[in-house]
Amino acid sequence: MSLLTGERRPPMPRTGAPYRTIRSKWAAALLYLVLIGLSLLLLTPLFWMLSTSLKSMQEIMSYPPTLLPKVIHFENYKHAWEKGNFARYTLNTLLLAGIGVLSHVLSNTFVAYGFAKIRFPGKRLLFAVMLGTMMIPSFVTLIPQYILFSKLSWINTYYPLTVPGFFGSAFQIFLIRQFFMTIPNELIEAGKVDGASHFRIWWQLMLPLSLPVIATVAIMTFQGAWNDFTGPLIYINSESLFNLQIGLQSFKGTESTQWHYLMAGSVIVLLPVVLLFFFFQRYFIEGMNITAGTKG
Amino acid sequence: MARTAASSPGSSLKRREAWQGYIFASPWIVGFLLFTAGPLLFSLYASFTNYDITSRMDWIGVQNYDTMFNHDPLFWKSLKNTLYFVAISVPLQTAGGLLLAVVLNRKASGIRFFRTVFYLPSILSGVGVYVLWMMLLSPSAGLVNLMLGWIGIDGPAWLTDPDWTKNAVILMKLWGAGGMMLLYLASLQAVPRQLYEAAELDGAGRFRKFRHVTLPMITPVIFFEIVTGMIGGFQIFQEGYVMGYNNEPGAPMNSLLFYNLHMFLKAFKVFDMGYAMAMAWFLFLIVLVLTLINLTLSRYWVHYEGGER
Repeated sequence: MSLLTGERRPPMPRTGAPYRTIRSKWAAALLYLVLIGLSLLLLTPLFWMLSTSLKSMQEIMSYPPTLLPKVIHFENYKHAWEKGNFARYTLNTLLLAGIGVLSHVLSNTFVAYGFAKIRFPGKRLLFAVMLGTMMIPSFVTLIPQYILFSKLSWINTYYPLTVPGFFGSAFQIFLIRQFFMTIPNELIEAGKVDGASHFRIWWQLMLPLSLPVIATVAIMTFQGAWNDFTGPLIYINSESLFNLQIGLQSFKGTESTQWHYLMAGSVIVLLPVVLLFFFFQRYFIEGMNITAGTKG
Repeated sequence: MARTAASSPGSSLKRREAWQGYIFASPWIVGFLLFTAGPLLFSLYASFTNYDITSRMDWIGVQNYDTMFNHDPLFWKSLKNTLYFVAISVPLQTAGGLLLAVVLNRKASGIRFFRTVFYLPSILSGVGVYVLWMMLLSPSAGLVNLMLGWIGIDGPAWLTDPDWTKNAVILMKLWGAGGMMLLYLASLQAVPRQLYEAAELDGAGRFRKFRHVTLPMITPVIFFEIVTGMIGGFQIFQEGYVMGYNNEPGAPMNSLLFYNLHMFLKAFKVFDMGYAMAMAWFLFLIVLVLTLINLTLSRYWVHYEGGER
């Protein structure tokens, strides 16, 4: 703290981090106590979900509640999977997520390339309008969009949930454009000298160079499609077209007091996202950092 | 380089380049016209009609707006519910995310593991999470009240008591505050080390360094979180729809009837589309005004490195 210690300290390798060095054993112990305490607090709900999903209904109703199931009931999952028709919903959700990822990656990288690397009159204005659309609450356009799709007789089909994805989304275009801006223009010029069109440069040069941001966008889109509730709630009526979110919601209605089945169903719905997170953490975090870098 | 390549063979090449630019932008332009601009204009017009999708679309002037403000108590109820949620939840989450980031902004072994754990809840959303919290908050069999009991607190009935339902949702949302943590972490890492050293020379302690160095330096991120948090907060809908008591959206006693939920029910249960679109436009106006207020106020407290922007 004093002038002396301040001068004696070797130069820090990086910026930031006010409290990077732990000053004493006690401080370190306190830090880990806080970290472990907070972690337990944040993980307990998930632990409780798993634990409840393996209990019998009788045990759930007993007081005081037990932390771990006395007898493990794996058959709760079988029941939820079959009674809840989850096989069907999982396939539907995967189909929607697959189309979503494909359409978003293609259209958003395409548009972002135009905004990042081609000069055309009005580009700045268009870009500003695009950023402005991010401020419009989704419900303002949701209702007229519903009317549009109902006039097209698209209600109770997957068109309303998939077709708009091919027309780009402002946030992802912005994200990808920020990444494209970091790729040197010289590379594009070199491509042009070799006789490549912008289309080929986008497809063969930019896309392979942009895998990190593409992965981020793909994961975001997958997560969004996996968790989409409002879209299917509005557009889908047939049970055979339900996705997991709507499936779980209607399962909740029919089995409202049966917590063990409901928790098994929740595990089935949430587990893929958890696994995806653990395998692709880097991209969850990178995506956020890209946005952070541009804000500040 | 781009300049010489484009301009030397004359302006036709430049024009070709421009056309290609429009082609690349065209998916978004078409999408903007079809799914944003068109719907916006249509909904503005339709908000002055009694549109019900099938038979009617008569111009009724400001009648929808008049009904909204003067004859629909549920409109005010839903607006109050939403304002309450935004006013409590956004500051709590902003502070919670910052707290987590400050705790995690250290070099210690295993810190990456803890970052992962703190971030994890925020990536989980949707019905699975709502159902999970409905169980955790159950008055008799729920874990939350059990834990409150350990420290001698008699927990409320949460989702069945109209006075507590919104707090229940706010608590659930706070669980996901780790989502904000990442941006804070990134910005904490970017604070120049020299500033702390200078503050130390002036004899500043830990708390004063945080108050006078860290906080001012990360105000742009705090501002960003507040603005996006508010815009997002006004769109709360699913929680009220799914977590309503006895499977009834917004129940008990409409305490979870959020603005968007009321709008949703008007549009898709009774097909009063004109009215719903009037509500949508009023929400747009609220969000716009609040964002502008935020922007204006930000001049007084948001500090940008390298001057105003």
